[in-house]
Amino acid sequence: MMQSDYSPDLLKKLYGDMLRIRRTEEKLIELFKAGHIKAPVHLSIGQEAVAVGVMAALQSQDKIVSTHRCHGHYLAKGGDIGKMIAEILGKTTGCCHGRGGTMHLFDDKVGHVVSAPLVGASISFAVGIALASKMKKENKIAVAFFGDGAVEEGIFWESLNFSSVHGLPVIFVCENNLYATHSYILNRQPADEIVSRISSHNVKTFRVENGNNVLAVFEIAEEAVYEARTFNNPVFIEACTYRLKEHWGVGEDWDLGYRSREEGEKWMNNCPINNLRNFMEENGIPEQEIKYLEGLIELSVEHATRFALNSPAPADSELFNE
Amino acid sequence: MPQGLHSIVRHQQIASFLMNNDKRLVTVRKLKYKEAATEALLQAMERDPSIFLLGEGVDNIRGVYGHTLPAYEKFGPSRVIDTPLSENGLTGFAVGAALNGMRPVLIHQRNDFMLLTMDQMMNQAAKLRYISGGYHKVPIVILSFVARKAGEGAQHTHSLQSVFAHFPGIKVVMPSNAYSVKGSILAAIEDDDPVIVLEHCALLEESDFVPEEYYTLPFKSEIFNCDGLSDVTIVAVSATVANAFEARNELIKKNIFAEVIDIHSINPLDIDAIASSVSITGRLVVVDTGWQMCGIGGEIISRLIEKSVHFVSPPKRINMAPVPCPASHHLLKNYHPTTENIINAVLEMF
Repeated sequence: MMQSDYSPDLLKKLYGDMLRIRRTEEKLIELFKAGHIKAPVHLSIGQEAVAVGVMAALQSQDKIVSTHRCHGHYLAKGGDIGKMIAEILGKTTGCCHGRGGTMHLFDDKVGHVVSAPLVGASISFAVGIALASKMKKENKIAVAFFGDGAVEEGIFWESLNFSSVHGLPVIFVCENNLYATHSYILNRQPADEIVSRISSHNVKTFRVENGNNVLAVFEIAEEAVYEARTFNNPVFIEACTYRLKEHWGVGEDWDLGYRSREEGEKWMNNCPINNLRNFMEENGIPEQEIKYLEGLIELSVEHATRFALNSPAPADSELFNE
Repeated sequence: MPQGLHSIVRHQQIASFLMNNDKRLVTVRKLKYKEAATEALLQAMERDPSIFLLGEGVDNIRGVYGHTLPAYEKFGPSRVIDTPLSENGLTGFAVGAALNGMRPVLIHQRNDFMLLTMDQMMNQAAKLRYISGGYHKVPIVILSFVARKAGEGAQHTHSLQSVFAHFPGIKVVMPSNAYSVKGSILAAIEDDDPVIVLEHCALLEESDFVPEEYYTLPFKSEIFNCDGLSDVTIVAVSATVANAFEARNELIKKNIFAEVIDIHSINPLDIDAIASSVSITGRLVVVDTGWQMCGIGGEIISRLIEKSVHFVSPPKRINMAPVPCPASHHLLKNYHPTTENIINAVLEMF
């Protein structure tokens, strides 16, 4: 990698944000195996760079929406780890009081407005948020995260069309991980790249070939944010990445045969977290600073886990208490 | 709308409205249903800048039966937004705008088109307050129209209130007259939950007494009674309320006194009003603009039985025929509920 133009603080922030997602989801694996989690967690392990790179380009007032694979977006936007684990454990102290769960994990207080597992559904919320933002002259942009499967949904095109016609500050972030559940993209779409089908909507498009390079994602996201914020234009980013765990659950699924371990290994060797750690070492960030950061994150995940496990389960009456 | 008892009740309502509003001077005029709805949209937008309208053709010369044109003339395309034909997306845009502090009114020219947006209405809008632990409010209004004109055929004549009312988290109202359409649109706009308001095209030209002032109506039934002397309760909704009044006037000639209840709000359902009436009459006919299967009539009768309300005669339901709506006006005459259906149903109970 090249000599860094990035400040050590920025590098450490990006690294810390990605590692926090990884360590938190690894903790979920532990909790799942120990029987604490009664829910289909959709892990984003391997995809952390897209969430973190985009979020680093946003301001705190900007809003995001995401999908069933939302843990990374939630944490990268500033969501609390303890409230996240508590939510997944169904506790009252969860960010949605146990009502949302793993697929509706969000906290609008940090700008993560909604997560919704109905594929494509939440994309339209970003458009509405941006419409309101434009009407109120808030200079707030909205970001929709979604997978490659979502571009097969009508509502994606409805959203793209409307935001183009009305000039809305929306950033569409497509995390292309090649598979919709277990279906390969070429069984579903005419090509495995998506951007060329978007630009005819008068929307500026970007493709991050290696979406596991957080700096590459960040640079593109900064450009996209500038475009959206300055000109009220929608922007589309396709970031190529890869899900390392099974579609839902905490194991691996190479045995299912819909994708090969060889393909997976290429991406394991392109780990976003290792990529950035190597870059930081090459650029003279002292090892002990990195290790200190790693230690802090481990600690915060442990604290959060204890908080969540010790939190009370909701009373039966909470079912009706809206 | 037949006169007589109905207009007396209307005057009583307006009088009580006047008293509830610190005896301010209330100006009452006769307005058409569509004019009252139009006035509601305009007055809401004048009071609150976070309210805006969006929908297919809202800036059109016809302006959705005239509903949106005064608002468009006053506020222009930034607050009365003509949209692409994207029903599902539009609902999501409205939800997103609501989550960012606005109070959108989404207009579909027919409720049939709302079947294209069930995901956004029911999976999303209806759920967001609950699944956010009460944090999110989704103050959107979805305003649409039921129709029954000849020739419109199978995909422009649905009356989908039972489908929509199935889901907790979303309210459904069907105003039956000019007075209630204004009050319920304004109540729907003030509500912090999603509300579906279904107008009926057959009522658009019907007039009633409507205060000029801003007012809201609760999501409750309206009871038109004969001081406890009634022999039968006719529960009706939307355009069938007029049929119920016609039937009532005919039945009086046969010395049968009917109490008419305008359901008005499908969800929440004001079952107590119906129960107290049927407890006295012991006879019930439910007239609905929709189909019978899993419909309002079934729901009402079940709840009355659960409440041990005593029937002296088995209750009856009157609905659209259980087939898709034919286009032919020859076939249509036996399709929708009629006044005669109601009269016959009542007479069979005696």
